[in-house]
Amino acid sequence: MGCRFAQAVTDAPAIRIRGRYDIAGHRLFDGVDLELLAGQWTCLLGRSGVGKTTLLRLIAGLDSGEAFEGNIWVSDDNPLDGRISYMAQSDLLLPWLTVLENVVLGIRLRKEKPDMRRAMDLIGQVGLGGYRDEKPNALSGGMRQRTALARTLMEERPIALLDEPFSALDASTRADMQDLAARKLKGKTVLIVTHDPAEAVRLGHQIAVLTSHGLRLWQTPSSAPVRDQHAPETAIFQAELLSFLRGLR
Amino acid sequence: MNKISYLAGVTAFGLTVWQGTVWIAGVPHFILPSPRRVAQVGWENRVLIGENALVTGFEVAMGLVLGVLLGAVTAVQLARSDRLYRLVMPLLVFTQAVPVFALAPILTLWLGYGMASKVMMAILIIYFPVTSAFYDGLTRVPQDVTDMARTMNGTNWQVMWRIRIPHALPSLATGLKLAAVYAPLGAVIGEWVGASRGLGYLMLLANGRAKTDLMFARLVVLAIMTIGLHLAVKRAALRMQWE
Ligand SMILES: Nc1ncnc2c1ncn2[C@@H]1O[C@H](COP(=O)(O)OP(=O)(O)OP(=O)(O)O)[C@@H](O)[C@H]1O
Ligand SMILES: [Mg+2]
Repeated sequence: MGCRFAQAVTDAPAIRIRGRYDIAGHRLFDGVDLELLAGQWTCLLGRSGVGKTTLLRLIAGLDSGEAFEGNIWVSDDNPLDGRISYMAQSDLLLPWLTVLENVVLGIRLRKEKPDMRRAMDLIGQVGLGGYRDEKPNALSGGMRQRTALARTLMEERPIALLDEPFSALDASTRADMQDLAARKLKGKTVLIVTHDPAEAVRLGHQIAVLTSHGLRLWQTPSSAPVRDQHAPETAIFQAELLSFLRGLR
Repeated sequence: MNKISYLAGVTAFGLTVWQGTVWIAGVPHFILPSPRRVAQVGWENRVLIGENALVTGFEVAMGLVLGVLLGAVTAVQLARSDRLYRLVMPLLVFTQAVPVFALAPILTLWLGYGMASKVMMAILIIYFPVTSAFYDGLTRVPQDVTDMARTMNGTNWQVMWRIRIPHALPSLATGLKLAAVYAPLGAVIGEWVGASRGLGYLMLLANGRAKTDLMFARLVVLAIMTIGLHLAVKRAALRMQWE
């Protein structure tokens, strides 16, 4: 019995959020109904300021919830607290800690013993092997973002909420980091916010576009992510998604 | 090196102006003694001045260490509990309405003529600035960072120790710099009110006997000690910066 419970909590659940959100007296979004499929990647797009970060924070339980009217369901009925790793839009690195110390921050805050080998491995995999003892001030924006990614992956939780995790990276590093994240977060329930249609089509099992009138699911290619960017089908989906986004006002 | 030569230059300039004033205006030495005379009298009294400087130095150091420690602990406790803050802070602000100097006679009455009353003066005078500066830093951790710590399920103490306190160190440094200015004030005033040892006591004594040159010699020593303390604290404060 206890075993089955533990199983349930570590497995990646599906999450469904439905409702509307008012902020500072005006309606931010209405009629949102989004299901994050268990163990799959959902990419969330939408114009700047439409409320993507707000939605993420709602799921992460970081909003007071006063302005939110609706519900959040979890498929296994267990609370989400302690099962989410959240990567915010800004890197939130602590300037007094080194890269390595930043990466193991979560574990230290829980007063657990960090697996330093794994942390150093991860730092190497995000391409910062030579910077492990540097303070964040000595890093470029993209390097900082990769440190934050390593910190998020270090958490190893069944659900990951990533707010524009690759936005500061050059195209080739970005592709590398997408591959890394896809590998490390395989089988987890992932919601990733992005402004890049190519990224969405490459990574998403599911693509959702948030507008002020609600949420719209967008077609994905029939192949499984991570998708080959050379495939004609991928290119067509990208182009169509871009046109759709441009048509939104 | 540059800094030292600058300091030497300023000191030399000050001494020249001082000596020049005495010569040109012909001020009698019991009003304004010449630097030469002060140095001479100071040297003749070096043992007495040295011993009493040690007393004052010890009072200041003790007051500083205890005051900062007490202030820091208070700030952490207040930052941990809004309830406590709402209860205690108005009290603290209220006590600030009483000038600490006015308490000196009472402290001497309660704690005697020894060092304790001076240490207490120094503590009282720096306690509030340290507490409020550190508290500010502890409670101004950006919301995003606090949120992140929450999703990581950090324990309160770990978040305090690893995030809030380091984040507040620059604020504490500001409080510390203020404390270094105030602590000698507290100790010397304590000595004026009632003491049998210490630089403040000696100064008062010399003043009463119109031994202006002696008083100046002690004043100079006090000034040097205060500057030394200021420099030491500034150096410590620099190590507390992460920005
Ligand atoms: N603390 C706040 N108080 C008032 N309004 C806010 C606050 N935070 C965000 N907003 C408003 O909420 C709206 C949604 O913000 P949100 O950060 O969710 O947008 P977003 O879709 O993530 O945008 P971006 O793509 O630029 O990151 C914005 O219009 C913003 O003005
Ligand atoms: Mg956002």
